[in-house]
Amino acid sequence: MSAGSYLLRRVGGLLLVLLVTSFLVFGLLYLAPGSPLAFILGPRGGTPEQIAAVTEQYHLDDPFLVRYVAWLGDILHGDLGYSIVYRQDVSTLISGRVPTTLVLVSMAAVIIAVVGILAGTYAALRRGWSDQLTSTLAAVGLSTPSFVVGVALISIFAVTLGWFPTFGSGTGGIDTLHHLTLPAIALSVASAAYLARITRAAVLEESGREHVQTATVRGLAPRYIVRHHVLRNSLVPIVTVLGLTIATLIAGAVVVENVFALDGLGSLLVRAILQRDFAVVQAVILVLVVAFVVVNAVVDFLYTFIDPRIALGSRQ
Amino acid sequence: MTAPLLRLDDVRATLRLKGGEQTLLDGVSLEIGEGEALGLVGESGSGKSLTTRAITRMLGPEFAVTGEIEFGGASVLGMNAAKLRRYRSQDVGMIFQDPRAHVNPVHRVGDFLTEALVQNRGVDRREAERRAVVLLDEVGVRNPEHRLRQYPHELSGGLLQRVMIASVLLTEPRLILADEPTTALDVTAQSDVMAILDEQRRARGLALLFITHDLELAAACCDRLAVMYAGEIVEQGAHVYDAPSHPYTVELLGARPSIDERADRLPVLRYNRETHELMKAEA
Repeated sequence: MSAGSYLLRRVGGLLLVLLVTSFLVFGLLYLAPGSPLAFILGPRGGTPEQIAAVTEQYHLDDPFLVRYVAWLGDILHGDLGYSIVYRQDVSTLISGRVPTTLVLVSMAAVIIAVVGILAGTYAALRRGWSDQLTSTLAAVGLSTPSFVVGVALISIFAVTLGWFPTFGSGTGGIDTLHHLTLPAIALSVASAAYLARITRAAVLEESGREHVQTATVRGLAPRYIVRHHVLRNSLVPIVTVLGLTIATLIAGAVVVENVFALDGLGSLLVRAILQRDFAVVQAVILVLVVAFVVVNAVVDFLYTFIDPRIALGSRQ
Repeated sequence: MTAPLLRLDDVRATLRLKGGEQTLLDGVSLEIGEGEALGLVGESGSGKSLTTRAITRMLGPEFAVTGEIEFGGASVLGMNAAKLRRYRSQDVGMIFQDPRAHVNPVHRVGDFLTEALVQNRGVDRREAERRAVVLLDEVGVRNPEHRLRQYPHELSGGLLQRVMIASVLLTEPRLILADEPTTALDVTAQSDVMAILDEQRRARGLALLFITHDLELAAACCDRLAVMYAGEIVEQGAHVYDAPSHPYTVELLGARPSIDERADRLPVLRYNRETHELMKAEA
């Protein structure tokens, strides 16, 4: 399959997924009890006139399908909608928060890749007690929720040692990186542990391959064999897991963003759901789905470089 | 006679498993002189491949290897890691049965051919590629420059085995170990590949340990034959094919189908472990 038709098919798939998810999310929010009125008019509620006015303004009484189609039409015109709760355009609301989440997820992805691959390879090649230790640590990391890790990191490195700030996402540049270090670590622990286990299994399997015997009997240096033949050939499972992990990190950032009080997409999504802020929920989900599909497409594309036997868009 | 290039003396390999021990090489002794070809024949599981793995020290830690393996007067079993790597990279070259599995599928053919020269000898990559092109041409691979840019899965089995042979010749070893190099290929590719291996070996004066099921093939391209049974060499020498003396060899040679005679049923070998033990006890 050529790169052009592949891209076309991918974009078509993306649009279809977006349509289905937006309909599902819209429907679920519609079915859930509660209304944005409570947040607009305050805890005591408003007079019947106020309620009627707000309902009229935001079309809250229109039937489900009418509201959905209206929203869909706006999206097609490039209008993400208007947040009832924040009284702001959703696009401004989101674009202000994307950088935080993007930096957080990128930092976490780097940590996951480096730690996961190194630990997994080390465990597979060393065997013995260092393998046991790595596997045990991985099991602990995998089973510890990120908010526990987050709280522990705050109490040790932010409160006791004072090396890092306890909350917020900084003022940009180095300061942002400094602020996001602990959140990124908290976000990456479980995934790094998972990647380490996948890497260990892949490296073990690949080390037993015949072509590795060929390399050994040719007298090549062990380090070269590990890098060039074992790790290189283990990349397919490693990249698959890494891609899936990064895609889910964006949604997984919700918890960590709340623990560290970061103004990212995750915390915005949670608040919007609680406040029935339809337009914001829809827009954030839209961004998440696009990110998910794009990451998967990138992984698919990488496969063809990693293993020349895999053709673009093949189902093997 | 001058000292042989490779000498195996009473080599035993014992597989240590949880359930107990199993001796898979039971006192193998053989010699190969400089430029000489020895054919090692025997049925599956007789220890032929294991012998080549013992010679290259590729047996895992689950094997206990005793006896003496000498290459050019140096003890192979006593080599440290650095010496072992030098021995593997300069002195011996191994041709495997299944090139498809034994060539890394994710690197280009050119990388496979040149990596030993570039990594072990520090040869410049371009120079290594130049030598690879010359060799591919010699082993009958047409359009060699193009082949270097291809991936292994784009080549046929026969072509890939020629690439494997070229990769071994490139490092200019003194001994080639060929473990059933034609078994995984289709019949037409088999004779071509074997002819090339034989021709190149003779032209360069390299010694060869040739492992095969095919007695006639072994007889045709080797100076001497060694017949293995149950981890032992039962008979070896230049006479084996024409005048076998061991009952197993006699039966093995008798079991070959003939073009001249029509046989409804090929003979079944009566020689088994029991007769083997009896023969040993008598000797």
